[in-house]
Amino acid sequence: MTRLAKWYMQFDDDEKQKLIEEVHAVVTVRDAKHTNFVEFRNFKIIYRRYAGLYFCICVDVTDNNLAYLEGIHNFVEVLNEYFHNVCELDLVFNFYKVYTVVDEMFLAGEIRETSQTKVLKQLLMLQSLE
Amino acid sequence: MPTVSKGDGMRGLAVFISDIRNCKSKEAEIKRINKELANIRSKFKGDKALDGYSKKKYVCKLLFIFLLGHDIDFGHMEAVNLLSSNKYTEKQIGYLFISVLVNSNSDLIRLINNGIKNDLASRNPTFMNLALHCIANVGSREMAEAFAFEIPSILVAGDTMDSVKQSAALCLLRLNRTSPDLVPMGEWTARVVHLLNDQHLGVVTAATSLITTLAQKSPDDFKTSISLAVARLSRIVTSASIDLQDYTYYFVAAPWLSVKLLRLLQCYPPPEDAALRSRLTECLETILNKAQEPPKSKKVQHSNAKNAVLFEAISLIIHHDSEPTLLVRACNQLGQFLQHRETNLRYLALESMCTLASSEFSHEAVKTHIDTVINALKTERDVSVRQRAVDLLYAMCDRSNAKQIVAEMLSYLETADYSIREEIVLKVAILAEKYAVDYTWYVDTILNLIRVAGDYVSEEVWYRVIQIVINRDDVQGYAAKTVFEALQAPACHENLVKVGGYILGEFGNLIAGDSRSSPLVQFSLLHSKFHLCSVPTRALLLSAYIKFINLFPEVKATIQDVLRSDSQLRNADVELQQRAVEYLKLSCIASTDILATVLEEMPPFPERESSILAKLKRKKGPGKLPDIDENRRNVNGSSEHSENTDTTNKVSYVLNLNSSPSTGPSLLVDVFSDSSTSASVDVSEDNFSRWGHFVSLVEQNRPAIKLKCLQLGHTALLQKSVLFYYCVLVNSRFVCKNNGVIYENQLLQIGLKSEYRQNLGRIYVFYGNKTSTQFLSFSSFVTSSDILKTHILHCLISVDPIIEGGAQVQQILNIECVSDFTDAPVLNIQFRYGGTLQNIAVKLPVMLNKFFQPTEMTSQDFFQRWKQLGILGFGVALLDGVDPNPANFVGAGVIHTKSTQVGCLLRLEPNAQAQMYRLTLRTSRESVSQRLCELLGEQF
Repeated sequence: MTRLAKWYMQFDDDEKQKLIEEVHAVVTVRDAKHTNFVEFRNFKIIYRRYAGLYFCICVDVTDNNLAYLEGIHNFVEVLNEYFHNVCELDLVFNFYKVYTVVDEMFLAGEIRETSQTKVLKQLLMLQSLE
Repeated sequence: MPTVSKGDGMRGLAVFISDIRNCKSKEAEIKRINKELANIRSKFKGDKALDGYSKKKYVCKLLFIFLLGHDIDFGHMEAVNLLSSNKYTEKQIGYLFISVLVNSNSDLIRLINNGIKNDLASRNPTFMNLALHCIANVGSREMAEAFAFEIPSILVAGDTMDSVKQSAALCLLRLNRTSPDLVPMGEWTARVVHLLNDQHLGVVTAATSLITTLAQKSPDDFKTSISLAVARLSRIVTSASIDLQDYTYYFVAAPWLSVKLLRLLQCYPPPEDAALRSRLTECLETILNKAQEPPKSKKVQHSNAKNAVLFEAISLIIHHDSEPTLLVRACNQLGQFLQHRETNLRYLALESMCTLASSEFSHEAVKTHIDTVINALKTERDVSVRQRAVDLLYAMCDRSNAKQIVAEMLSYLETADYSIREEIVLKVAILAEKYAVDYTWYVDTILNLIRVAGDYVSEEVWYRVIQIVINRDDVQGYAAKTVFEALQAPACHENLVKVGGYILGEFGNLIAGDSRSSPLVQFSLLHSKFHLCSVPTRALLLSAYIKFINLFPEVKATIQDVLRSDSQLRNADVELQQRAVEYLKLSCIASTDILATVLEEMPPFPERESSILAKLKRKKGPGKLPDIDENRRNVNGSSEHSENTDTTNKVSYVLNLNSSPSTGPSLLVDVFSDSSTSASVDVSEDNFSRWGHFVSLVEQNRPAIKLKCLQLGHTALLQKSVLFYYCVLVNSRFVCKNNGVIYENQLLQIGLKSEYRQNLGRIYVFYGNKTSTQFLSFSSFVTSSDILKTHILHCLISVDPIIEGGAQVQQILNIECVSDFTDAPVLNIQFRYGGTLQNIAVKLPVMLNKFFQPTEMTSQDFFQRWKQLGILGFGVALLDGVDPNPANFVGAGVIHTKSTQVGCLLRLEPNAQAQMYRLTLRTSRESVSQRLCELLGEQF
């Protein structure tokens, strides 16, 4: 079950579905002793597992693995702070807010903001708006 | 239901999501969704204007339904309406719906762009960001057209808020990626570089990404970013972590920004300015030093962030490839990681070391880790880590360690994951060839490959071993002996049968002196595998058998018996049947000399890039294959380089894997087989058995005899023209026809127009250059067998040596028939196309019947009218009413030669019921009767 997907390249809906399934297939078979990186088509997937949730980022093969791996964790820490001990259901019921969090931290497929303080400040400001 | 944060909760949405989650079945879910869709549709269509909140709520529900995987075909307009709301939450849902569900509906795009335009002009940073994020997420061409001019000014304007600058920078980056032609370079580019100095590190982070993308495309325009990036990096690296409070992550100062700056610097060579250069070196040293310091935290986040920067610094050091100290330090650092308990670090160290191995400064340092890497190959649990170990072994291989590495890879292959076997096979094959001092080792290695992983040994690999054996006579005897021994195994891989068949067919004589591998033993051994093999392998074995007949006259009878058996001569496979028939016939009627010439040992293959290397490159994708060029290691005395120049030309060419691939097909192409694939054919078995194809003396079950001609790749082979004289095949299409295309391949079309008068003929030959490139050094000549020379004379008017692309050139060939003949002359063409010499030989349709003059019979009774029938073009006049049986055809004509004229009477008696005919020819010369009978017989 995919809770949220963001696309930074053009794909039609069928391709997106296919990609989601492929990513799911390559990531979920791996165990904790494996690396957090998988080659995927002409790219690579950096992923991290939190309980039953996988966070995956597909990047160019030359991109910095550890930077994206920690990028995921940074994002998860922001979610955790924003939703006060985030759980999967928060992401389901507030899916439209999660998009906002993503856009604050990642835009155009690049890292936009890394400071948790700044991101949370901005999110709280937006939260206060009607 | 979790508590929804207060303020903007949409209760209806939360209830709907709960309902969906409580659905017990897919059907129930669909039912609930359809109910909701009907409800929303009625609300949208209702008379009562919806308030913003309701609109937002329904649009958000539609979005949720879409994300569940259902189609949404309405609500777009309502979403667009939300863009003009003054409320952030409504706008946000509107933009989100558009970003997720956008399609190129032109009416809507105009409205959307209008909404974006208003928000960009609003001076409200929150609204501006929503608009910019929408552009960055959609990135469509329409949006690029509308906003690519506006965004740069937002980005560099002095009064733009920091968060808007961040969004604007990445928005521009997206548009530059999707529609680079629409993003104008200009005055703003210089100012954008100065964002690297911005106080807000979030702005610097976003701007660095943008500048890196732009600098990759036009490095010169962004050169000034080097000094700014170094300065920035220096300040981060040397800062106490508290200086960068918000941007310190687990005690690491601005790790992501550091990584980005280091990547930006990889767009450029090392700074020329000495001060700048030493400042950068200091930064890199500091980063390397920090790796040795005790960790400030035990958390993995700390070490990951620190190592992210470290790996990027090492990438830059490798990219610069100019500071030996740094390179060696980097190598030592990676060496430590090779044994780290974290799998991620071991993986990344192997990957990074792979690029270090190709640096002349660090190659030796990398080699010291060979045992660790081999151990990784054996013990790593994650296949992707083992894969990296294979890559690294391949990259660190040189002559000093080749035997060890190849042996380790071979032994790993026995248990390797199926997914990477083929790649390992290719790598082993390449290394074995590249570093073979002793070619017996090479042959052993390849045979081992086939034994251990036969299914993964692609054609390229076994073609290559044959190429090398054929080109190196010092290894041929050993190869024959080794394949012979390998074939003894009761179950051997079919690829081994192929290699064995080919090599014994060529060089079996070299081991035939030993009674244990006598010709008969060799043949029996090969033939014992025959029935287990696929059709292509069997075809290759048949070719090996005919080669045996030439090599070993003593087994001729045995092989002929095999060829003669029903399982061969009546094989259901046309190819096998044809080979059996042709080879049998060839072996029966050809003299020893002709056999020896036709079946002579294959000539050496031309120099070319290893097809294996090409395959590996294709498999790995460009840039992913470490360079194993010998020339890199000059610093250490370049032992390999000088060795290479010392060896003979022949050796160095076999070793030279990096020569450019030859263009165009340079090998023999057989028009019988699919010539479109010929360009990549190396030692295919078709090539091996090519002679057999042209030796078709026999009637076949096929409806027509096809055009046969040769395109020769080796000039050496051209001398084997005896083949043409031997081969009496006539292009039957031309027996009754004087004009048409006689030969065609991808480059050239040859057409003929012929006229005959009495004993003289004139053939206009048209050469059409099908390519857009010139043919250079074009020349042609006609050859005839010695016997034929006494019967016909020919004179070819020479043509210009250049044929322009797309042009057609005409050449005239005059022929005089001296006396009757059976064979046909051959037109040989030679030209250079794209640096490759092309040789083509085509049998000309000059046949005896061309010199017919139809004769009118004097008797009025015998002559009434001509019949327009198939044999009309043959040359004789058909005579009606001459024969008492009206179903029969009778004709008369005179063959004109210089020396004599031969009268000819013809009678054809068809029996329609039996579907047979009888053809009787009477001429004043026996040889003429026979030849005309053959020519005419082929027409039915």
